[in-house]
Amino acid sequence: MPLWLELVIRVGGVLVAFLVLPLLVGQAEHKVMAHMQGRLGPMYAGGFHGWAQLIADGVKFVQKEDITPSAADRPVFRLAPAVALVPYLLALLVIPLGPNDLVGQPLDVGLFFVLAVVGVGVLAVLMSAWASANKYSLLGGLRGAAQLLGYELPLVLAAASVAMAAGTLSLPGIVEAWQPWWLLWQAPAMVVFFVAGLAEIRRPPFDMPVADSELVFGYLTEYTGLRFAFLLLAEYVGIVVIAALTTVLFLGGWQGPFADAQLGWLWTLLKVAAVSFVIIWLRVSYPRLREDQLQRLCWLVLVPTALAQLVLTAAVRVAM
Amino acid sequence: MTAVDALLLALGAVAVGSAVLVVATRHLVRAGLYLVVCLGALAGMYLVLSAELVAWVQVLIYVGAVVVLLLFAVMLTRAPIGASDDLDRPGWPAALIGGGVGLGLAALLVDAYRWTKVELPDAGTAERIGEQVFGSWVLPFEVLSVLLLSALVGAIVLSRPDIGSSAPKTRDGAGQERGATR
Repeated sequence: MPLWLELVIRVGGVLVAFLVLPLLVGQAEHKVMAHMQGRLGPMYAGGFHGWAQLIADGVKFVQKEDITPSAADRPVFRLAPAVALVPYLLALLVIPLGPNDLVGQPLDVGLFFVLAVVGVGVLAVLMSAWASANKYSLLGGLRGAAQLLGYELPLVLAAASVAMAAGTLSLPGIVEAWQPWWLLWQAPAMVVFFVAGLAEIRRPPFDMPVADSELVFGYLTEYTGLRFAFLLLAEYVGIVVIAALTTVLFLGGWQGPFADAQLGWLWTLLKVAAVSFVIIWLRVSYPRLREDQLQRLCWLVLVPTALAQLVLTAAVRVAM
Repeated sequence: MTAVDALLLALGAVAVGSAVLVVATRHLVRAGLYLVVCLGALAGMYLVLSAELVAWVQVLIYVGAVVVLLLFAVMLTRAPIGASDDLDRPGWPAALIGGGVGLGLAALLVDAYRWTKVELPDAGTAERIGEQVFGSWVLPFEVLSVLLLSALVGAIVLSRPDIGSSAPKTRDGAGQERGATR
């Protein structure tokens, strides 16, 4: 296979995943939330159980007028949705789907790369918040930045624990080194990573930056039409990225009950779907954390737990 | 000129251009955003020079944390949208010093290397950096980590006025009073 063809296939595959998986998660969220709350959710669009609801939403967003507030800082305001989306697209590039290089771009420092580019997302929050020229937006953005800066630390520490256990920073390498008993050994790191990941994508119960009952919609308040859709899409790609990272780092990625080599991609996708389901489930079941509770959880619970896990991982590694 | 040279030149131009914009723009927050472009271009140069890990460290620490902290502080205090014309900036001395240092360093480097060709080293993988840092450079590494730790402790002490001021007050008997009012 010539190099360019392989490149096109790999990038195309990642692009398809980037466009399809968030829609699936979004639709699942509609239906799962609805059934958990004793309703039906979308039932009309597309005929069968409202499967085309998100496509209809997309068409609606495209038709809406794209408004930039007159007091806003135009270029920054218009650039922010792209800055929010691109990091997640880049992160999807290095997440392995299955064994034998079934990954957009195998990278020696894949884990580091993912954490670095996902961290850039804070910039989009600050940009959209400040450029909107709206007090609620700015408040939401500052909350978001404080939250993202804080939760970056437990996220990186928990990921470092797995990297230490596996002895590599490469994501496929971590999956290869993974063994079922790590579920127990790395359990605290998994919980810390998952919770910090939730906060990182600003999902409930960590949605203080967009708290709709007090800040209208936080830094998203002034956005309309396609740009709003992009920011919303970034949230759902975020779910996919965090679920995929949890899968790859802590749940053994493509390792399944049988036929890992042939069905590895299926196991990965199933695990990603399961973790995404839990993320949706948490949204329905937990009330929003207050700002001080949120910071307290991060600094007094998650960071110490992650540090203790690092000590434990190091001890076991040395002992083995 | 190879592709590597061209990429380096282009990224260098982006870095220098955005760096000039950082100090020249009258929009406070945009200056911070230009800094992101500048540091990002620098990370790109590391990538071209096959120092992968350093490049992503640059993105994680500088773009993801330092600039964000900077923007955060600016937005908490004063971040007007649009140009701030009341900034007092000594333009000429700054241009003189900046330009002088830049030209001087460039002349020094050009003179030092002339037309020497330097082959790109092997890719800066995590493994190689780990071996170097914890092998031949382990002592400076440990010294630096102690320095960072003391800076961290110092930052905590400075940011908490109740740590430093309580000692003299207990000596003259005011400590108990303070404790009671809290």
